[in-house]
Amino acid sequence: MTKVVIAMSGGVDSSVAAALLKREGYEVVGMMLRLWSEPGKEDSNRCCTPDSMAMARRVAAKLDIPFYAVDAKEIFRNTVVEYFLQGYGRGETPNPCLVCNRHIRWEFLFNHAKAIGADFMATGHYVRLKREDGRVQLLKGVDPAKDQSYVLHVLTQEKLSQALFPVGDYPKSEIRALAAQMGLAAAKRPDSQDLCFLAGDDYRNFLGRNAPQINQPGKIVSREGRVLGEHSGLANYTIGQRKGLNLASPIPLYVLQKNAAENVLVVGPAESLGTWELLAVNVNWTSGEIPSGPFRAMVKSRYTARETPGLVTPLDNGTKATVRFDLPQRDITPGQAAVFYDGDLVLGGGIIIQSR
Amino acid sequence: MIYLDYAATTPVDSRVFDAMLPYFTENFGNPSSTHRYGQKAEAAVETARETMAGILHCQANEIIFTSCGSESDNLALRGVALARREQTGASRILTARAEHHAVSKTAERLEKEDGFRVEWLKVDEFGQVKPEIVEQAISNDTALVSVMYSNNEIGTVNPLRAIAEICRKRGIPFHSDAVQAAAYLPVDVESLGVDLLSLGAHKFYGPKGIGALYVRKGTPIQPILTGGGQEFGLRAGTHNVPLIVGLAEALRLADVEREERTARLLSLRDKIIGAVLEEIPHARLTGHPRERVPNHASFVFKDVDGNLLLNLLDAAGFACSSGSACKTGNPEPSEVLTSLGLPREWALGSLRVTLGLGTTPEQVGDFLKTLPNLVEKARSLSSAR
Repeated sequence: MTKVVIAMSGGVDSSVAAALLKREGYEVVGMMLRLWSEPGKEDSNRCCTPDSMAMARRVAAKLDIPFYAVDAKEIFRNTVVEYFLQGYGRGETPNPCLVCNRHIRWEFLFNHAKAIGADFMATGHYVRLKREDGRVQLLKGVDPAKDQSYVLHVLTQEKLSQALFPVGDYPKSEIRALAAQMGLAAAKRPDSQDLCFLAGDDYRNFLGRNAPQINQPGKIVSREGRVLGEHSGLANYTIGQRKGLNLASPIPLYVLQKNAAENVLVVGPAESLGTWELLAVNVNWTSGEIPSGPFRAMVKSRYTARETPGLVTPLDNGTKATVRFDLPQRDITPGQAAVFYDGDLVLGGGIIIQSR
Repeated sequence: MIYLDYAATTPVDSRVFDAMLPYFTENFGNPSSTHRYGQKAEAAVETARETMAGILHCQANEIIFTSCGSESDNLALRGVALARREQTGASRILTARAEHHAVSKTAERLEKEDGFRVEWLKVDEFGQVKPEIVEQAISNDTALVSVMYSNNEIGTVNPLRAIAEICRKRGIPFHSDAVQAAAYLPVDVESLGVDLLSLGAHKFYGPKGIGALYVRKGTPIQPILTGGGQEFGLRAGTHNVPLIVGLAEALRLADVEREERTARLLSLRDKIIGAVLEEIPHARLTGHPRERVPNHASFVFKDVDGNLLLNLLDAAGFACSSGSACKTGNPEPSEVLTSLGLPREWALGSLRVTLGLGTTPEQVGDFLKTLPNLVEKARSLSSAR
């Protein structure tokens, strides 16, 4: 029998995913990561509290599948949380979920799944796979409001060929209905939103406690270098932000750039805001093939952003790429990913390090 | 699946099961009732008590039925500590960090809530409490000494007789948690010299949810569960008749078959210990090499996440334990292993293999074929952190 490890969180999506796999006749094993929480906040971590663990165990028991907790506290702290802190230290707005998917879920947990003899690993992400001619294509989930392909653009062909995403073919409403129908207790649990390790707290408080040195007050300046005021710490601002700058100015000013080397926040009027081009690194091409030259694609530059058209040019053997947008974009943010699409098909993506 | 976790619990012996059955349905009476339904139930409870007393070499009215081993430990510690303080003012409790939590956590609560002072007895590298250590620590202010018969995590057997003599000389009550030991070691309280002894049926093929505490006549003790006058006023609550019957029958069988069970498992256990230490690099036996319960083998493997190893074993079809149950995947070295002085990188990689009536040489062979590989796998996955 084909053996599948389902990464469980106690939430509705992974619970139903496990049930669907079981229904399809796989030999299903549940695994749950025990992730890092700030000392003393273990009970409020978004997705691996003792409560969530108990919930996942109940689901596994109900489905009559083995369940294993896998300790990932140390590696999570050393990779994901460290990346998060260092990203803010560089003046970026890091997206730790990308790093978690790449290194924790699809490497660390994946290796644990392989170690118990799994043929596949599955998660409750809303994406779809299409297997064709020995290749696996990564597609958006059918529910546009829930599509999670943005965070899974990091998957290589090697991983995709051993991946299953059972819920991506359903709209969320149907998954909830299935959960209720199957009597899974998770049916009524709210969706997770924030970063798990923030434990419901504001990320700024988290930074203040865990890396106070990276978020110090500094100057707010104009493009021309004129000092306009003082900022409370670069991490407290995002590109394109207008509110909360507390500047006396006749025209509205927006955050244009965060210069971490000098701890300076650069602001300017709306017309200075747009950038035409971005540079992304750590690029993954989900097809496994580096495009031979520039190509047009729809590009998503934030988890919640709308896709916009542009020209993608692979650089340095495909490890980097630039995107030239058809229209200037107001909120291209270093640290977030730029993900390239052709319709529902994920072509690849990388981490934005520059925009201009 | 192959079950190698008999120290966690055992299946109910079919003979025990059969003995219990009538007391769920036709003989359902309450032993405290005066009518014949009650009389029948009372007879069952008192026969069970007599059976137990015969095996423990004590009087029947020195056996108190409880709901489990942990309750027995609680009654012994709280009941005796509070009564002794009332009588003599003694305010110290002597016990060890290597004790089962039912003892160590109860001692901590007595310290926190009731103003007792706990003196933690040092154990040696095998987890054994040496009589000299008790001798040094004991004083007229000692309300109670509690040292387990055998350790649940590492299998080490303590020298109860010698410790008992030290306590008796000073007239200080000596309690021992024999929950793990009773399946294989004699529980003759006369030769052990203990004043209180905790038992739990499910460790020796009896049902879960029933235990007993032996209390030597004259030992100061007060109830912790108050209400009706059952169990000589020491433990209120309607008797769980079928489970009491099951406890006595299970202990009787353990006693009758003790030598035969022990001889068979001893050789299988030693085969496991020998093979693991020989074939797996960076492996150590935990607990005493000789003075240990005959069905118990426990190890630590350097740089291995013990929980991960358990997962791999389970997936491969073997049910083992790390010694202390931790289902959350949140590894902290156990207090027992820490008290042996094991460094963290060893103490996290613990494995307990405990054998039982259902264990066959073939099962042990399969296990020994699989384990080295899985330790290697766990080691390489653990190093990825």
